[in-house]
Amino acid sequence: MKEYESLIIGGGPSGITAALYLLRAGIKIGWVEKLAPGGQVLLTEAIDNYPGFPQGIKGYELIDKFTAHLDQFEFDKIRDEALEIKDRQDKYLVRFSESEVAARTLIICTGAQWRKLGVPGENKYSGRGVSYCAVCDGNFFRGQEVACIGGGDTALEESLYLSKLVSKIYLIHRRDAFRGARLYQDKVLKDPKIEVIYNTIATEFVGDTDLTGIKLKDVKTGSQSLLNINGAFVFIGLDPAGGFFPADLETDSQGFIKTDHEMVTSMPGVFAAGDIRSKYCRQVSTAVGDGATAAYNAQAYLEKNF
Amino acid sequence: MANQVTDNTFEADVLKCDLPVLVDFWAPWCGPCRAIAPVVEELAQEYAGQIHVVKMNVDENPNTPSKYGIRAIPTLILFQGGEVMEQVTGAVSKANLKQMISDKV
Repeated sequence: MKEYESLIIGGGPSGITAALYLLRAGIKIGWVEKLAPGGQVLLTEAIDNYPGFPQGIKGYELIDKFTAHLDQFEFDKIRDEALEIKDRQDKYLVRFSESEVAARTLIICTGAQWRKLGVPGENKYSGRGVSYCAVCDGNFFRGQEVACIGGGDTALEESLYLSKLVSKIYLIHRRDAFRGARLYQDKVLKDPKIEVIYNTIATEFVGDTDLTGIKLKDVKTGSQSLLNINGAFVFIGLDPAGGFFPADLETDSQGFIKTDHEMVTSMPGVFAAGDIRSKYCRQVSTAVGDGATAAYNAQAYLEKNF
Repeated sequence: MANQVTDNTFEADVLKCDLPVLVDFWAPWCGPCRAIAPVVEELAQEYAGQIHVVKMNVDENPNTPSKYGIRAIPTLILFQGGEVMEQVTGAVSKANLKQMISDKV
């Protein structure tokens, strides 16, 4: 069985940064990512708030720059999904679908994933009108009418992106005001293609082979209606990604991992960084900081205990 | 490398292929397509001789995606004997894709 001083689980910005810091410190690492590196950044069209790129940068271009940092190092990349973590006193065993490895420290950077609405028809029409990625799928709805569901930064940002492609956007929000950044709110409210429907939730996706509409319910009056659209984009928040964490690893009520400000978790030698942490601000910039902090503390832990 | 197919070569390369064919419908600007690309390449190698794995750029080839009702990418479709056997959308894991292939092949 392969053995590492540190195993980094997850290849988004926090995992890449943790890998970079540990490699520079000469620590033997393994790096786990089930897909290509990048995580949610790959789902983001443009990153406008990462320092150093005042004109903004495309998500995949930023990730190419991040991973280029690692090109100078030789280390094990494990393209698989972690399924289980077992505590063996002085080390942890991590099981994958096709192998198992041992590591003295773990840095969990599994991130977050888009939350599903959980209403009838959502799975049936996923990929047939229901989407979670405007950048990927917006083009299929060029010149058509679509709905966006949500009221945070992502819902506003993606609606603005879609308004360049589609003929009309119904932005469906369950509250009477948006939570997203004021900058985006102002743009959305001024956009002639975006019609905001407040105090309303989607209760069902309907159609034949493809999506043709959404059933809506006004949460104030209880009145129901059918909105005819070809596409529906769901942007209602994030769930933790992973699901293989041991019972001893303390999480919050939503399943995000609790850490202190040094990225130390409830298990010795286990650190967490990025969106998988229980925290309020989930950004590329905070993930990068978390990754560096976790790597620094994993290194200190190795020096003290081994 | 998984070969590229086009609207023009789709019938010969996919529908009339003796082996089952996994088609990855993708586009260069699509992040999740980039995310899944290395997995698709690995599948092409691991299943060499059992199935063909090919890619279709939906930007350059609008007809085939529209015929199969594709409204999201990446979409992967497993064809056998000209018929759709299985279809999956989004950047799913390698384990999921292997399951899908071994269930049908």
